[in-house]
Amino acid sequence: MRDVYVAGIGITTFTRLEFALSEIASYASMMALKDAGVSEVDQVYVANMGAPRVNHQTALASAVVDSLSLTPAGAAAIENGPASGGSALKAGFQAVASGMEDVVLVAGVERMREVNNLEATDFVATLTHPIAEYIYGVTLPAHAAMFTRLYMDKYGVTERHLAMVGVKNQNAALNNEWAHLQQEITLEGILDSPEAMTNNPYVAEPLRFFDACPVSDGGAAVVLVSKEKALELGRPLIRLSGVGQATDTHAVHERVEPTDLLAVRKAAADAFEMAGLTPEDVDVAELHDAFTILEIAESEEVGFFPRGEGHLALERGDTALGGKIPINVGGGLKGRGHPVGATGVAQAWEIVTQLRGDGGARQVEDAKVGFTCNFGGFGNNVVCLTFVRED
Amino acid sequence: MSVDLEKILRPVDTPMAPYVPKYMLLASGEAVVVRPVERDEIPDILKHVEPLLHVERDYYDVVGARLYSELLAHYRHRYQDQYVLAVQIDGELAAVVNGRQVNPKLGMSLHTVALRRGLRVGAHAFAAKMEYHFDELGHDEVLVVAESPIGFRRWMIEYKLEKRFEVPHELGGVPSWALTRELFDAARSSLVVGRRPVPPELLDKAMDKILPPSDPPTPALDPLSATRSKYDPTATALMVERWAMERAEEASKDA
Repeated sequence: MRDVYVAGIGITTFTRLEFALSEIASYASMMALKDAGVSEVDQVYVANMGAPRVNHQTALASAVVDSLSLTPAGAAAIENGPASGGSALKAGFQAVASGMEDVVLVAGVERMREVNNLEATDFVATLTHPIAEYIYGVTLPAHAAMFTRLYMDKYGVTERHLAMVGVKNQNAALNNEWAHLQQEITLEGILDSPEAMTNNPYVAEPLRFFDACPVSDGGAAVVLVSKEKALELGRPLIRLSGVGQATDTHAVHERVEPTDLLAVRKAAADAFEMAGLTPEDVDVAELHDAFTILEIAESEEVGFFPRGEGHLALERGDTALGGKIPINVGGGLKGRGHPVGATGVAQAWEIVTQLRGDGGARQVEDAKVGFTCNFGGFGNNVVCLTFVRED
Repeated sequence: MSVDLEKILRPVDTPMAPYVPKYMLLASGEAVVVRPVERDEIPDILKHVEPLLHVERDYYDVVGARLYSELLAHYRHRYQDQYVLAVQIDGELAAVVNGRQVNPKLGMSLHTVALRRGLRVGAHAFAAKMEYHFDELGHDEVLVVAESPIGFRRWMIEYKLEKRFEVPHELGGVPSWALTRELFDAARSSLVVGRRPVPPELLDKAMDKILPPSDPPTPALDPLSATRSKYDPTATALMVERWAMERAEEASKDA
């Protein structure tokens, strides 16, 4: 298997975008191609979850490759729920590592704000079990709320811990010009003041408004290349060194212990094993904080902290910029936004930005090893990746 | 015989109870003051409303134009029984709300415009306005309309307003809904916040000067694209156009 490198990255602002879906993907892709210094690619993968349902568009990859004048490159769309981005990166990795392709463009895109909030929530809920969950009205906030309640009971996580994650990540987004949320929040404003319950009402108890990521439009892209091509292009050598993917039961209630995110655990372990790394080696991480509880739970499952101690690490400041293992320094899904199909690619974009030392005010000092966890379904399909800077 | 037309044209305002200022904390931790606006302060607000006429998203242009005309008419004595409240953060104008009394039992909500977004500023402003109608003016219900989907969600859905489609609203174009005292009381605990009295330093800052909004709503990005995307789903033509622009930029830099 050949080594695979990230030669170029691109992203759009995550917000409400009044652009065609393929144009959002194309804009991010153009940035990535320009960054890499390539004008031709062998293969394009486009990660997206909702185009046919939300945007009334199928065959998205064909539209994107044409928008970019990249024909006759191969092109395919990859839909794998919120893990579409990670899955497309895995496909791109396989294409280059196998020797089949030398230059692969991986783009992720979603335009969710074309529909109203209720329709967007319903669209995301279609990833749940159609007979055991969806028909009973389960939504992702509801799933996350039940998970949070169990986690609180088992490990002593409180609403204050959840709010701390929200404040940390939303305020981190202030240092990321591409992030959706550009509003500072405080614990006083969302938790402690007499107005907090109105400013930050329950969405699905115990989760409140600021515990959830925003509904966003946006696109992100990376260019994956072989080592030979990477050396030729002369960009910083960032190697995609580990890829892990795992699944769990579709219906959450079928899990022996619903607070165990087994797919996260296995995907992370596989990625670390492939890369020859351990969680202790990671300098900066992107975890899938669609809801604040997920950052805490995933930080334990991937091995950064012992089981049930993620919230204690948060209290100590271990996960903040300057802490032991800074998590979501670009805002995460909570602050950057969560255009579902784009998220996995956006996580890679952030990590490569960090490993290149281009993070500006959010830069983790001398970051050499990065990690991403792209959490699909409610933990039933997860992709973890490791990235290493080679000086 | 001479006639002083101004005496005929200028409405005589009905005496209304004063709005008592209040303050609250936003999610950002910033203190926001809600206070009544005097007639001679209206020009200070108009200059911050006028730019909204050019913001073609979320109906800011329509709402901005209507609010501008209402405030101007109020300032020049051509709108009866109107009141205006300003919402300020450290003196900065964050929202404007206005309404009027139709009769001693009926109020009419005119507009709620947030100049700072994402922190429920508009929602707090609307709640303050309704609190004034019910608690100070003694109205039994308030007629409400919405121009934007955001407004519809905030007022009609969050407050569970009743339909009053048979009653015309002065804003026209959309049917009337009503916030009754019963509905308002039901919403008080979850939607209506604020503390009184306002600490003197906060109130003084607000009264001293209406400062411009630091992050006002701006026109949508690339409106050409917004229009084209409806007809050109692959946007190929637009991409080619953009590349041409980039090439021209590069060439001008080189030159």
